[in-house]
Amino acid sequence: MKTFTYRSATGFADGLEPGAVFLAGGTNLVDLMKLGVAAPDVLVDVNRLVADEISELPGGGLRIGAGVRNSDLAADPRVRTRYPVLSQALLAGASGQLRNMATTGGNLLQRTRCRYFMDATKPCNKHAPGTGCPARDGDHRNLAILGGSDACIATHPSDMAVALVALDAVVNTSGPAGERRIPAEELHRLPGDAPERDTVLEHGELITSVDLPAVEVTNSAYRKARDRASYAFAVGSVAAALTVAGGTVGDVRLAWGAVAPKPWRARIAEERLRGAPATRESFLAAADAELAGARALRDNAYKIALMRNLTASVLERLAAAGGTR
Amino acid sequence: MRLTVNGIEHDLDLDPRTTVLDALREHLDLTGAKKGCDHGQCGACTVLLDGRRVNSCLLLAVAHQDAEIRTVEGFEDHPVQRGFLEHDGFQCGYCTPGQICSAVGMLDEVERGWPSAATGGDPEGEDLLSDAEIRERMSGNLCRCGAYPNMVPAIREAAGR
Repeated sequence: MKTFTYRSATGFADGLEPGAVFLAGGTNLVDLMKLGVAAPDVLVDVNRLVADEISELPGGGLRIGAGVRNSDLAADPRVRTRYPVLSQALLAGASGQLRNMATTGGNLLQRTRCRYFMDATKPCNKHAPGTGCPARDGDHRNLAILGGSDACIATHPSDMAVALVALDAVVNTSGPAGERRIPAEELHRLPGDAPERDTVLEHGELITSVDLPAVEVTNSAYRKARDRASYAFAVGSVAAALTVAGGTVGDVRLAWGAVAPKPWRARIAEERLRGAPATRESFLAAADAELAGARALRDNAYKIALMRNLTASVLERLAAAGGTR
Repeated sequence: MRLTVNGIEHDLDLDPRTTVLDALREHLDLTGAKKGCDHGQCGACTVLLDGRRVNSCLLLAVAHQDAEIRTVEGFEDHPVQRGFLEHDGFQCGYCTPGQICSAVGMLDEVERGWPSAATGGDPEGEDLLSDAEIRERMSGNLCRCGAYPNMVPAIREAAGR
């Protein structure tokens, strides 16, 4: 590990220093520093700076402090009752130990687990811009089928972020340009020809909290497919919320994980579903419409069938659960 | 820097890169917590940080000077330890200190009614110590010997003591 200066943050401006990186739970950053993939000059510890409380927002939403640990967020009775998809997504991720350290802000900013990104000795356009992408012809079994570019097909690994995107959450930040409110769906960017930038955040811009809008649909769920029963990253996941009235889809929110460089809001599928019969046939057709834009490589084409079936299965279950407001 | 381990304060002169795990093993002669993978994937380094189970290999010591750290050396004849002995919950023993610290933290989480991926939506009225629950909640601790079948009853029994 390259040596660094450690500083406990006293104000938001501490992160502006060149070479400075924010440290929260450290469950991903410390690992990347050990691997030599991250090499900050200054580590700015924000654990005493950011809020670690969940509070009610006027109008019925919740504000989650960026320092709230994943385990506390998953266990919060308000989250479990009003946003089950979020609690389920958190509990589907990592292990008890990691959830106890990992924070809301840090979870959003975790990096891809693409094996070439994680290996400092390999070329990778994300950790060493311009060096190429060995994944295209190499190990890409768990990489993107949507939103990738010639430069990068890494997938975003978070489960929590997929639920936040489905819920229309808003990410609050504080940085050099003052405070910003960024829709969760717009926080992460597609790689294009600059895969080294995962998000739209500027240097020194810190996530301070995440707002969940007032609940419109509590009938929500998260389902994750993975290579083993527990403690593994997704190979595909679905966050969904649904209302059904008279056999017809009312409101629907659909986001996919582990298929794209960012949590993927399936807006084409949502559009197809609103007002459509709440049947398996509709659900499959909507997934197909979204997946029409998918581009698979040699070893990840299975994700197309997986997402089709996973989506229909989750929506069928939500429809059967009543789908009432 | 200062680290508080098992109720004792230690003043140490450490490089900022030192993890809590390395501080325990290399500087405090507390070798219970093990370095399995050193990447937060195996759970062998599990300790309690202010009462909560965490992977000590992913903690920078410099960032946790105000915390109360508890290692397996801080337990004496704990019900979880007795359970592992009575049920033969180990073979080679390498992962055992991490399993024990993790189980202690896990039982506290159960006590507080925390849900798990096995629970589903609502922990009310669920048996949070079923085989499926214990296996899911302990999935952050790997055992290369595969001694899992005996750990499950060891942990469940400890919950009642």
